[in-house]
Amino acid sequence: MIVFKNVTKYYKSNVGLEKVSVRINKGDFVFLVGPSGAGKSTFIKLILKEIDADSGSILVRGNDVTQLSNRQVPKLRRNIGIVFQDFRLLPKKTVYENVAFAMEIIHQPKKLIDKYVPQVLSMVGISEKADKYPDELSAGEQQRVAIARAIVNKPRILIADEPTGNLDPDTAWEIMQLLDQINKRGTTIVMVTHAKDIVDKMGKRVIAIEKGRIVRDEFGAYGFEEALAEVDMGSDTIMSRRTFRSRFMRGGRD
Amino acid sequence: MKRFLYTLKQSFLQVFRNRAMSLASIFAITAMLIILSIFFILVININTAAQAIKNDYDSIEVFMEDEATKADANKIIHEMDNRDGVADAYYKTKEEALADFRARWGENAYLLDTLTENPLPNSVVIMISDLDEAEDIAKQAGSYDGVEDVKFYKDTVDKLLKATKFIQIAAIVVMIFLIIVSVVVVSNTIKLTVLNRSNEINIMKYIGATNWFIRGPFLCEGIIIGVIAAAISVGLSALMYGELVKAIGEQIFSILSVPMVPVGFLVLNFALIFLALGVSIGACGSIVSMRKFLDK
Repeated sequence: MIVFKNVTKYYKSNVGLEKVSVRINKGDFVFLVGPSGAGKSTFIKLILKEIDADSGSILVRGNDVTQLSNRQVPKLRRNIGIVFQDFRLLPKKTVYENVAFAMEIIHQPKKLIDKYVPQVLSMVGISEKADKYPDELSAGEQQRVAIARAIVNKPRILIADEPTGNLDPDTAWEIMQLLDQINKRGTTIVMVTHAKDIVDKMGKRVIAIEKGRIVRDEFGAYGFEEALAEVDMGSDTIMSRRTFRSRFMRGGRD
Repeated sequence: MKRFLYTLKQSFLQVFRNRAMSLASIFAITAMLIILSIFFILVININTAAQAIKNDYDSIEVFMEDEATKADANKIIHEMDNRDGVADAYYKTKEEALADFRARWGENAYLLDTLTENPLPNSVVIMISDLDEAEDIAKQAGSYDGVEDVKFYKDTVDKLLKATKFIQIAAIVVMIFLIIVSVVVVSNTIKLTVLNRSNEINIMKYIGATNWFIRGPFLCEGIIIGVIAAAISVGLSALMYGELVKAIGEQIFSILSVPMVPVGFLVLNFALIFLALGVSIGACGSIVSMRKFLDK
């Protein structure tokens, strides 16, 4: 499903990725772990063709991403759902509209939108909040909306960039179960995370990246020292202002 | 069609939501277009004036020697009539020439009464239809028997043409400059709304929206701003020019004996040109402002 062959990416003289080769198969659930600046984001940005590799090839569903022209990038991204740490919902649209928007963008007929959006909303468990605006929801609910938006177009691949970074442990675990459920329906999931307990508990494939290289690729545990992970949390998981405000307003319930 | 309506709705909403900025750029472009229209009007009037004056100078006078016969003159008239670039050629006796003189001198014509005999020569007047041929025609006319001198207003016409050319070029340079300035103004306005919505644009790109899907509403926004500005400036400049013609049109006519171009004649062309300008300024502005955001 996703194949990296000898991929190297430098940011001027700083290493992003160096000669990385890895294969992620269809239906895999992969955790991407490692310290900040190790190359996890580079890995994901390369899959989405947000940046170009210096050398090597990247196959996504059989197509070499490095050969795509800029005009073909939207098509690539339509086959990849993406979920962010800070949710990135459109604040002026309701939950329903946020999810429907992903379908409008690829010009799906209204009939289909009206059919799929409620289905997806009920799958992620927020049907009753369909007419609310994002800032009326808790962080966990917002992330569910973001996941609904990411999967409504039925992508084969779902990329999650620290989806639990802004959530308390219980909510985070609920989100992980949701992702697991999506994975069981056949969607390949690549998830960047610093959450050691989640990785350990899930027992999925873990690819560890350090200084631009893959240092470990095995099933099981997070592997890095907890202390290191904690430090990373501090620098890597800056809350978005909106999230901060909404938490603040709710009195820090999350 | 549905997509188009969606885009249109979005962009009207945007123009409305950013009322203050939209209004600011509409004002800016309107101001620019009005200055532009002043130049336009100037150039058009100068052109028509130059044309009119040129027509006054499109004749060559061939002065005959005193001893030349009417037959000599007829020969010239005959040959000139058949030549390319000549509209008409006719004989003008010395009496007619004197009468013309009197007419031109008007009240001072009594000064001519002291003349005991008519000092003016007989002449052949050649009306030219193609000014480029004027010099050749003059040369040819000078080569006939019985011709004393040939006179035509080459220098005057040349100077006039040079002056109008210069004014035209200067005006075009100023106009291009103004158009560029307006594009910059629009692009800055739209850049603000783009910045406001950069988060949204980012999300749209992640979901896989094509650049044109994202650009559409902004492009329309620019065009709407451009069209509104064009409409206002056409209306205003037509009104102002109309008043101007009413106020000084007659004086201009009496000084230069050239009429000002009437308003009705200009309005339609103006509306079309400005509409095109407004649309392209708006479109260019929005595309310029979005380029950076859509690169990747």
